[in-house]
Amino acid sequence: MGKGIWVFAEQEDGKVRKVTFEILSNMRKIADAKGEQLSAVCLGKDIAALADKFAPYGADKAYIVSHDLLAQYTTDGYAKALADLIVKEQPSMVFFGATVMGKDLAPKVAVRVNAGLAADCVSMKLEGDKFVVRRPMFSGKVYAEVAFQNTDIMMASFRPNVLVATAPDAARTAEVVNVTPEIAASDIRVKVVEVVKTAAGKVDLTEAERIVSGGRGMKGPENYAMIEELAGVIGATVGASRAAVDAGWRPVSDQVGQTGKVVSPNLYIACGISGAIQHYAGMGTSKMIVAINKDSEAPIFTKCDYGIVDDLFKVVPALTAEVKKLMAE
Amino acid sequence: MKQVPDTEAQIRVKSDGTDVVLDGVKFIISPYDEYGIEEALRIKEKMGAGKVSLMCMGPARCVESIRTGLAMGADDAFHLDDAAFEGSDPLATAKALAAQIKKLEYDVIFCGKQAIDDDQSQVGVALAENLGIPHVSLVTKVEVAADKKSAKVSRQIVGGEEIIEVPLPAVLTTQKGLNEPRYASLPGIMKAKKKPLAPVKAADIGIDAATVGAAGAKTKGINFSLPPARTAAKIIAGASPEEKAATLAKALREDAKAI
Repeated sequence: MGKGIWVFAEQEDGKVRKVTFEILSNMRKIADAKGEQLSAVCLGKDIAALADKFAPYGADKAYIVSHDLLAQYTTDGYAKALADLIVKEQPSMVFFGATVMGKDLAPKVAVRVNAGLAADCVSMKLEGDKFVVRRPMFSGKVYAEVAFQNTDIMMASFRPNVLVATAPDAARTAEVVNVTPEIAASDIRVKVVEVVKTAAGKVDLTEAERIVSGGRGMKGPENYAMIEELAGVIGATVGASRAAVDAGWRPVSDQVGQTGKVVSPNLYIACGISGAIQHYAGMGTSKMIVAINKDSEAPIFTKCDYGIVDDLFKVVPALTAEVKKLMAE
Repeated sequence: MKQVPDTEAQIRVKSDGTDVVLDGVKFIISPYDEYGIEEALRIKEKMGAGKVSLMCMGPARCVESIRTGLAMGADDAFHLDDAAFEGSDPLATAKALAAQIKKLEYDVIFCGKQAIDDDQSQVGVALAENLGIPHVSLVTKVEVAADKKSAKVSRQIVGGEEIIEVPLPAVLTTQKGLNEPRYASLPGIMKAKKKPLAPVKAADIGIDAATVGAAGAKTKGINFSLPPARTAAKIIAGASPEEKAATLAKALREDAKAI
């Protein structure tokens, strides 16, 4: 017992994903209560500069796991490096962001090291000695508290933007451990032929703090200009409902909902979206929901914090103008 | 494939919170699994040969959904139904499925990226690891090479996509956008009644009961609850859309400090 709590520190192009800091911040008190060390574990190539990023959020230790073959994420490469390190160091807990990478990597590592895994969790707590996580099921219609059994290693992934990161404390320091994993080219069975970035520089929906979404009420792709303008003014990412995506107005990657992305922004503005269960499944954990729809019977009005029953083609541009005015004050 | 409650279903929980209540719920094939069945059928049609087999772990009621998959065009099915499997967590499920699949020959295994009841996103990835084969998750396009030794797939990543070459056999987990699944036709439904649907017990696949089901699960739901209700919405009043917008802007900026 007491072998350490680890947080997989996801990075892309030398930038650490915010969710890493959210998890570290929240695991600090768990580590203190259990008397265990809290470590960040970062994989990649040329990531030495990231070594000091984790202490401010509560890490006691930072493992910097560097290898040429980790330059490009592959499940095989990352799983080998991480699983080997887990087997060597035997932490009691390993946590991931419930991101594309986290959900791709964690189950493979869990099987390899015989750990239990609870995915897409929204909170954690200690009940005496017992570590319990809470996670949505049935697209958020039910919440389950999950405990671990039959395992020495507990793993969980946490939904981005739900846990709150503490303010970084620059005075904190962490021990840096450089690790050179043993990976051979033959360990990596897939070949990444091409990476196509369509939304370079844009904040991904799953990490966005503010989202403005358009649905069936937008009536056509050309009308999204007003959504994009509002989004630009408030610093939001643009989303869409399934109806808009199925109609070909917006790309699949913009879809929020049960068969789209699950988002958890501070602010979600839904324009011309009826708010069916399937859409709510994708944005129901938003801290604040605003609905603009001319149908007073739309289900979204029972699920929002602020609602405007009116023509979005008049409301949205007016809202943009008003916000610009307030920001200029 | 997994049988799950319909997306519209109202899910209730027991008053003591120890379980969910699925009485009276309508069941369907999990939508992401449907993309997998459809893609398998398309590959078989394109290659002009091959067999599509369904693997499903779950109670007796799953037969109905398995028959729907067969009606779509799958050739046969294996239904893992045993008290020993009950209470499995995703990793135990993957272990059991792997034990069955190991007995067969296969080129591609499709899994939904997640089942829309548990939403764990684990089984597909864990299955590949148990079988010792590679996987690619979130595939939106699949091209199997003519020699069936590899596939070129598109995979959704943050802010874009990756094109990946993966050797076969492999597990591919499906993402929306891969295809539009076909509906089962009436002739398909009739044919499905005669297609082989093999019930599979733990003993049939040589699996140690201690490693699956409630006995082998490494995670367990200990309490189930409905999400807290949102406080009632403030519907903004105003004489015009512009006036309402102004009120909203002020509320978001000053009261909620959301912008």
